[in-house]
Amino acid sequence: MKPIIRVENLTHTYGANTPFCRNAVENVNMEILEGEFLGIIGHTGSGKSTLIQHLNGLLKPTGGRILLGERDIWADPKKIRDVRFRVGLVFQYPEYQLFEETVYKDVAFGPRNMGLDETEIDRRVRSAVTFAGLGEDLLDKSPFDLSGGQKRRVAIAGVIAMEPEVLILDEPSAGLDPAGRRSMLENIRNYHRQKGTTVVMVSHSMDEVAENVDRIVVLANAGVVMSGTPHEVFSRAQELLSVGLNVPQVTQVAMELVKRGIEIDPAVYTVADLRAALSAWKGGGK
Amino acid sequence: MSDIIKTENLSFSYPPDEGKEPVLALNDIDLSIGQGSFIAVLGHNGSGKSTLAKHMNAVLLPGGGKVWVDGMDTLDESLLLEIRRRVGMVFQNPDNQIVANVVEEDVAFGPENMGVPSEEIQRRVTAALKAVGMEEFILHAPHHLSGGQKQRVAIAGVIAMEPACIVLDESTAMLDPLGRREVLDTVKQLNREKGITVVLITHHIDEAILADRVVVMDSGMVVMDGAPGEILVQVEELRKIGLAAPHTVELLYGLRQDGFDVPLDALGIQECADAIVGSLKS
Amino acid sequence: MLKDITLGQYFPGTSLAHRLDPRTKILLTVLYIAALFCAKSFVSYGVVALLLFAGIKVSGVAPRALVRGLKPILFIICFTAILNLFYTPGEALVTFWIFRITKEGIFTAFFMVLRITMLIMGTFLLTYTTSPIGLTDGLESLLNPLKKIKVPVHELAMIMSIALRMIPTLIEETDKIMSAQQARGADFESGNLFQRAKALVPILVPLFISAFRRADELAVAMECRCYHGGEGRTKLHVLQYKTRDYIVFLAYVLVLVTVLVLAHFGL
Repeated sequence: MKPIIRVENLTHTYGANTPFCRNAVENVNMEILEGEFLGIIGHTGSGKSTLIQHLNGLLKPTGGRILLGERDIWADPKKIRDVRFRVGLVFQYPEYQLFEETVYKDVAFGPRNMGLDETEIDRRVRSAVTFAGLGEDLLDKSPFDLSGGQKRRVAIAGVIAMEPEVLILDEPSAGLDPAGRRSMLENIRNYHRQKGTTVVMVSHSMDEVAENVDRIVVLANAGVVMSGTPHEVFSRAQELLSVGLNVPQVTQVAMELVKRGIEIDPAVYTVADLRAALSAWKGGGK
Repeated sequence: MSDIIKTENLSFSYPPDEGKEPVLALNDIDLSIGQGSFIAVLGHNGSGKSTLAKHMNAVLLPGGGKVWVDGMDTLDESLLLEIRRRVGMVFQNPDNQIVANVVEEDVAFGPENMGVPSEEIQRRVTAALKAVGMEEFILHAPHHLSGGQKQRVAIAGVIAMEPACIVLDESTAMLDPLGRREVLDTVKQLNREKGITVVLITHHIDEAILADRVVVMDSGMVVMDGAPGEILVQVEELRKIGLAAPHTVELLYGLRQDGFDVPLDALGIQECADAIVGSLKS
Repeated sequence: MLKDITLGQYFPGTSLAHRLDPRTKILLTVLYIAALFCAKSFVSYGVVALLLFAGIKVSGVAPRALVRGLKPILFIICFTAILNLFYTPGEALVTFWIFRITKEGIFTAFFMVLRITMLIMGTFLLTYTTSPIGLTDGLESLLNPLKKIKVPVHELAMIMSIALRMIPTLIEETDKIMSAQQARGADFESGNLFQRAKALVPILVPLFISAFRRADELAVAMECRCYHGGEGRTKLHVLQYKTRDYIVFLAYVLVLVTVLVLAHFGL
């Protein structure tokens, strides 16, 4: 797979020349591959929000650059809006940005800004709400009459409707209850599978990331500390713990088992995998 | 152990939308919460758990039945301030419950309203901030703090009223794992060391492990009530009402299907590993 | 970015200015503004400016933050300057088309700009060194006599204090909503006046909804902490005039009297 976005030596300094001056990201290098489902993890203050706002040109790097398909996105600052259509960003708690009278109009806001014609807008709105897990019967309702979870889906549909090449979601499941989380993640997985486009999910829930993504980038203290497949990342569980991150509960149990002399691969992260590993170990008779 | 909160046939419904029938948000709830206990109330969104919490210090008043706080009927308006002093409330969004621009002033807000003398307020503010581990932030501006720190300030604001009980109404829902940890450690410590009753409203099942009693709600009713070891192991039942058992229990549950002889109630990581090792060695 | 607005923000500190009684600072600010409006010449402006510089020095505020605080009102300052520059009658220096710049115009424009700038800086100093609760307490205490004529002094003070508390939160929120709408291609920077006004709808609607929600939640949170109006309320910090308040106040009044005297003699 070839990279669709390349981040080169990205540095962003907030509040330069003030007492609050700090580097939110410092010298970050990473790639996002075409068609992959990437997870970015890191706790609050690790620089992940700042990083993703650079990927669609909402923030301008104070150092380094962002390449979208080999082109520096700031090569022509006047064209930055096109970058935002190609790299769709869904913020944390996006339900608080809804403003239109109907769900339809709100979802159509992005496509309309792109200057598409009505037929195309209509097609995209309908397709987007379906991907976001909403029924078309909601289209004429006011978004403010919907439940919290539905509102969030409307907001996500609003970004999907731009049909971006890369879809970035910042904590899409934050604040939802377990059932809501499960179905939200299922919708995102389906979207990725059916569209085949790149999806980036930012999360601080290890379990959620472990179970869903192809590859993980770990941020801490304003920089990338590791990246790789979930298996590669969780095999370095000790390092994750040392930068203040959690590892999935299943991995923690596996690590404890290894400590107690059960020789299994501690880098497991789903219940099913650990079950299989233990059954195999038991079958192997010590 | 006396009851700090007691509900009897408690029912409540929110005013319905026009032309619709009212739906019972709480349906005939009988619940007693003993002084000094740590209770987790679990349930999915809309299960009525927040509505129940808001009855515990008379933010909402019963539509039917009764609620007593430390023996005081919440319907008696003359007792309102006394009830709210006994049971403090911490809400979900940290930004929407901090009143002042300086941490110490915010913590002082409750005692000020209660008419506590100045020197006593100062003593309480210092003590409360110390109890939540935020004493070094006494002169900070709250909006520069992290989510977990803000919630700890909010908890200190409640502690300064010297309550018998703290209700955390989904106070961890908007926090990251680090912030959640901070808040949970804080309340656990307050419960253990100061004997303050804690009612933790949450949909994070892992948090319920900390409690000594778990109450599960669904469609306005209490559907399960017992020790964490009894409740959190009911994998199928929890799934049916939109919750999920902790991963440790899921794992043990799966292993039992694979023919392992393991208990289900090894909730913590250590206990879970011990149980598995035990079964493998036998 | 909106986050950079420092106007009206409090920066905790321990300077002499921070330690003064809020009531002293409010009175000083009022007198300062009065002096500013009495000042008519370079000399009297100079004296007032001296006060301002002394204030800046004593409060330890970074001059850069002070200048940055002026940014949001730059437009108003320029507007006033231009208006005064062109519309003050007097001896014409330059005339082109329908515009006429007079000598008086230049003077008035200059002094107006100076006056607004110094006015903002002075009040900025007040909010910079006084916690919003201190400000509120101070105002409440100063206005207390008005309670006798049924002015809801405590309520007004509380409203002000909460407004100040919410400003940083709402600014942050506005920033977030703007970014979110920009991520969907919203454009706030181009188009004519009408289009620009229309472009604000996607920001203002969510902002208002959120502000109302926050107000609602805050009200409940306050009631839960036994808030029931000003009756029977005590204070963490009781306001008390100290020797330093009297000294500063006296020194200040002396300077102001000088300005008045100077103004009287047309200086």
